[in-house]
Amino acid sequence: MADVFRIGVYSKVFDSRAEVRKQNLHNLGCKNVIDVWLEDIYTLKIKLSSFQLTQIGSSLSNPVTQSFYIQPQNSKKSYRAYNKFSYAIEISFLPGVTDNISHTTKELIEDLLKVKFTNDEDIYSSQITFINGKLNLNEVNYIAESLYNPLIQRASIKSYQQFINDHGMYFVIPKVNLEDLPEVSDINLDVSDSELVIIGKVGIANPDGSRRGPLALDLIFMKEIQRYFEKLDRKPTDIELESLAQTWSEHCKHTIFANPLDEIKDGLFQKYIKGATQEICKKRGKKDFCVSVFSDNSGAIKFGDEFLLTHKVETHNSPSALDPFGGSITGIVGVNRDTIGFGLGAKPIANFYGFCLANPKVDIPLYKGANKTQKMLSSRRIMDGVIEGINAGGNQSGIPTPQGFIYFDERYRGKPLVFAGTVGLIPRKIKGRLSYIKKANPGDYIVMIGGRVGKDGIHGATFSSEALNEKSPVGAVQIGDPITQKKFSDALIREARNMLLYNSITDNGAGGLSCSVSEMAKESGGCRVELEKVPLKYPGLMPWEIWISESQERMTLAVPKFKWDRFSDLMKRRDIEATVIGEFTDSGKCTIFYNKKIIMDIDMQFLHYGLPKRFQKSTNTSKKHKEPTIPMESDLTKSLMSIIGRLNIGSFEFISQQYDHVVLGNSMLGPVQGRGRINADASVIHPIISRSTGVVLSYGLYPSYSDIDTYHMAAASLDTAVRNAVTIGGDPDYLAILDNFCWCSSKDSERLGQLRQSAKACFDYATVYKTPFISGKDSMFNDFSGYNKNGKPIKISIPPTLLITSIGVIKDVTEVVSLDIKFAGDLIYILGDTFEELGGSEYYKMLGEKQNKLFIGNNVPKVNAAKNKKLYEAYFKCIKKRYISAAISVNRGGLGVALAKISMGGMLGIDINVEKLPGKFSRNDFALFSESQGRILVVIAPENKKVFEKVMEGNSFAQIGIATQNEKFIIESFNKRKIIEVEVDKLLNVYRKTFEGF
Amino acid sequence: MFIEKHLRDFNMKPKVLIFSGYGFQSEEETKLGFELAGANVDIVHINDLIENLYHLSDYQILAFPGGFSYGDDTGSGNAYANKLKNHLWEDMQNFVMKDKLIIGICNGFQVLVNLGFVPAFGSKYGERTVALVHNESSRLICRWVDMKVITNSPWLINMTTFSAPIAHGEGKFYAPADILDKLHKKKLVAIKYTKGNIANYQDYPVNPNGSIDDIAGIIDESGRILGLMPHPERGIFSFQRPDFGFIKESCKRRGEKIPKFSDSIQIFINAVNYFS
Repeated sequence: MADVFRIGVYSKVFDSRAEVRKQNLHNLGCKNVIDVWLEDIYTLKIKLSSFQLTQIGSSLSNPVTQSFYIQPQNSKKSYRAYNKFSYAIEISFLPGVTDNISHTTKELIEDLLKVKFTNDEDIYSSQITFINGKLNLNEVNYIAESLYNPLIQRASIKSYQQFINDHGMYFVIPKVNLEDLPEVSDINLDVSDSELVIIGKVGIANPDGSRRGPLALDLIFMKEIQRYFEKLDRKPTDIELESLAQTWSEHCKHTIFANPLDEIKDGLFQKYIKGATQEICKKRGKKDFCVSVFSDNSGAIKFGDEFLLTHKVETHNSPSALDPFGGSITGIVGVNRDTIGFGLGAKPIANFYGFCLANPKVDIPLYKGANKTQKMLSSRRIMDGVIEGINAGGNQSGIPTPQGFIYFDERYRGKPLVFAGTVGLIPRKIKGRLSYIKKANPGDYIVMIGGRVGKDGIHGATFSSEALNEKSPVGAVQIGDPITQKKFSDALIREARNMLLYNSITDNGAGGLSCSVSEMAKESGGCRVELEKVPLKYPGLMPWEIWISESQERMTLAVPKFKWDRFSDLMKRRDIEATVIGEFTDSGKCTIFYNKKIIMDIDMQFLHYGLPKRFQKSTNTSKKHKEPTIPMESDLTKSLMSIIGRLNIGSFEFISQQYDHVVLGNSMLGPVQGRGRINADASVIHPIISRSTGVVLSYGLYPSYSDIDTYHMAAASLDTAVRNAVTIGGDPDYLAILDNFCWCSSKDSERLGQLRQSAKACFDYATVYKTPFISGKDSMFNDFSGYNKNGKPIKISIPPTLLITSIGVIKDVTEVVSLDIKFAGDLIYILGDTFEELGGSEYYKMLGEKQNKLFIGNNVPKVNAAKNKKLYEAYFKCIKKRYISAAISVNRGGLGVALAKISMGGMLGIDINVEKLPGKFSRNDFALFSESQGRILVVIAPENKKVFEKVMEGNSFAQIGIATQNEKFIIESFNKRKIIEVEVDKLLNVYRKTFEGF
Repeated sequence: MFIEKHLRDFNMKPKVLIFSGYGFQSEEETKLGFELAGANVDIVHINDLIENLYHLSDYQILAFPGGFSYGDDTGSGNAYANKLKNHLWEDMQNFVMKDKLIIGICNGFQVLVNLGFVPAFGSKYGERTVALVHNESSRLICRWVDMKVITNSPWLINMTTFSAPIAHGEGKFYAPADILDKLHKKKLVAIKYTKGNIANYQDYPVNPNGSIDDIAGIIDESGRILGLMPHPERGIFSFQRPDFGFIKESCKRRGEKIPKFSDSIQIFINAVNYFS
């Protein structure tokens, strides 16, 4: 009997997956599709009896809703009857791509039949989509294209007739076959500078002349390496060079932020970011709440006396451009590991996400290759993919997602931004030991746990340090396996950590083992690795590949020898692979053996601190834009309705609702609030039920202001991150922030000038608000170089983007307020001044689009930190006294949008008059849509009027209206002239329409 | 008050075993629910049961919590159910024959259904007759739902309506017509989605996932085994409710104390009371 079989599982009842797929195809314009159905395929390469196969088939299907058939390879008959269809499209994985379904199925079969798969046996999952309808081949190809990503999958298409004649689809076995024997080669660096440049840029040459992929090492780096090995009087091995490239990468060493810039010798990070934190912590003295900043995988602050809160936000931009799902799922599960890898291991308690994307409703094709080759995925595909990635990663990991955002700008079409963050919780002490201190000791085993190593993710770190172009390696694409990670996360955080079974832990992210092991080796003073011990997904990997592969779901630990038996036993019982791959030493060297032969032997000092400084120069070019002529809008109701439905403002509840935010039971104020289910800019979680303390989470982001001035862009982002948190009830004196710089062309002096300005603003504003930076991440080359739909070369750079994330501690969680108006008759106040600050605003952008022009303007919102600080502190007093019944921070879209949100939130009308609005403005539309910072819209019960106004005294504020029962949204101006009048539910309809069908 | 009562009945505390491992979640919330109601709770990895480090016979209540066991691969709850069948079948059979309780929440419900523990007509534990399939939207949905209790079960005493959150991708209840008929006739449909406080407040449709007859949970014929998609353990406290802001402000204005607990805690109290 043949030993290759397919088990096909199909639904015999209504299958909503198929129905939704049909709808999606209709939405794509394939209206001729009449019917769609699916078959899940398991291709088994294994010797089994037909009885065993039937047992497997029964285990893989549900007899209530499904049937299955078993078909041997090359069979001359069909094993299932088919209704007439037009085409069948089978999507399967390419060799080596993570296949979670096959993983589970393998476990299921081994458990069921008590067998073990040999190296030669395996399972592969795939899915057939049957489509009925009058379709031509072009349409079928178009449909197939929409169902798979050629970087990780393949599609095969058969017509009905062909399918029947062949008795089904082709049997595809995507087994990885690596022919070459593992070997280590010496690299000759005694070559010309121009050759060094080539090696640095496109990688080490293979024997056939092809290149291994970018090292992203500049000439000065290459020269330094050349000198080092000259001194050692030997050639470097390929693994040594690859390892240095990983450790020295922009991704790992943040060279642009670390290197001198102009007269700033210590670099931007030291001066402005870390510098701000140091100054703030010093100023705070005993009230300093920072515990671990910029040193570990996440930053940590005090949370009461017994706990710490950690936070970290990562970017995963480059991988998401190529495989949005894979990029985003590995982004979220990766940053989860930054939590698990904090100190001795923090428990992830909340996820955060952010997507910067191009308009998904417009498809403008882009190509990476000339002559319209290597087409980029459409903006819609990217959006769907990144959303689904966080869905799979966050939901399966059991971590709630209470907060996130989406933001749109055309310049994210070539490179989307994906932000993924995780908040963690850890006791300050574990069995009397400080949990945030970790140290691998000489003699400790180096232990790798979790997934195995494959060719996936090779050159991820160096790849993200380059712009996206034709040569971007596809091996950089990975898919996450959240369940493998969940297994070790539970075992570590619930058990091994609390038994103190290890001395140190870190995650395997960028650079894989090369980074995790050499980082931890800093703690002990060296390491000795036996690379052949690393468990592999399939044989044939080169040693350098094993060392730098970024295969997901792995942690590296330092386990004392005498605890190994206990640790190993626990991991076995939790079904987690744990392997000793070497020993930490104090030799001062990073030494690697492969089958007893030394293949790498580099001084720790050189590996970590040998990279030469690169002096950077910036220029400051302030742009003056043509001041747009803004026509007098006669119908502001219409303007409000349009702005509420814009991509950057409309409801994205379809995302919030598909991310579990109730798991762990800590959700207090979630992603959508009020009767109208309004997406909120801040959330509150209540992580420890027995304590009254809570955690507030928020963010600020204004890429559009970068077109005018990055200093004010950064100031506004920071002010917003702080203000959002304060508005919902956060203590302005207990807030920490995180920075994520996503820049473009960061070697251009002008871009560096913009970077410098924004970093300076971070310092200036953080030090006034006394909000320390506790962690950050940068991604400096978000440029796309390729071709447009006419085949013309094109470069698209993202607008300089800074995400400031805030995290704060609330003493009494019951004090927090949601954004929705609760009762008619309540009074509505504005705190802060409104100026004509519409430069870079959503309103200008909207008006420009109407005329097919770019309305940027010059009057970007400016932040007065001292004034705002005083206001926020007064407001917080009102929170403590529970005067506030609802509040919202005035952000993108200005006061008009904020008013609409509190009104829709409560499904109550409002009567507003803008006449007494504090500030200075000449037009009603400017008053409503200016994005002046430092403003909070507040609702209070009438009986609190006096006491509220008393506390707010000395600040700029005014009562501007009242909540009403009549469900009408009314705004008046001078002489009580109505400038806006609309029913609240009409507003809500527009607000919810933006992403209908997404 | 119920807490104090059970603290006094220290010796009567039933023992609860919450299954864990391979992607289960919410073990700790479930534990808290049972503990608040006065039980002793152990969270036990299935492999520790297989290795006989723990024994089902030592417990009065079994709980299969929510989550994504095996990533929902090969169908939600399927792989975990297979693992139970392969290793703990006899122990499980012995457990259901005794006057003891079992609950499956969300993924746990999916496991119970695949295991054939509910509805288990004629006490034929092991026969799969109903299914939980992909939501109508074919996507995970996280929101609150309101439910009404329409049958008798030790789990549901003193409950007419209650609210809890859902967070599932495969929660659409399905049964062939004849089975559905039998379910209704034998009063094994325990909980239905209904329009209550929260669905009204947030203006959500009653049925979140397309379940036949709005079915949210079912029992076996003894009533001692309950499976439901919504998560009572994630909605124990008022602060977890989406209308908490409104409740809080209303209480404040009426000069009332904000209630600490939400109504779904009653499930845990009922379970503990069954043994006292």
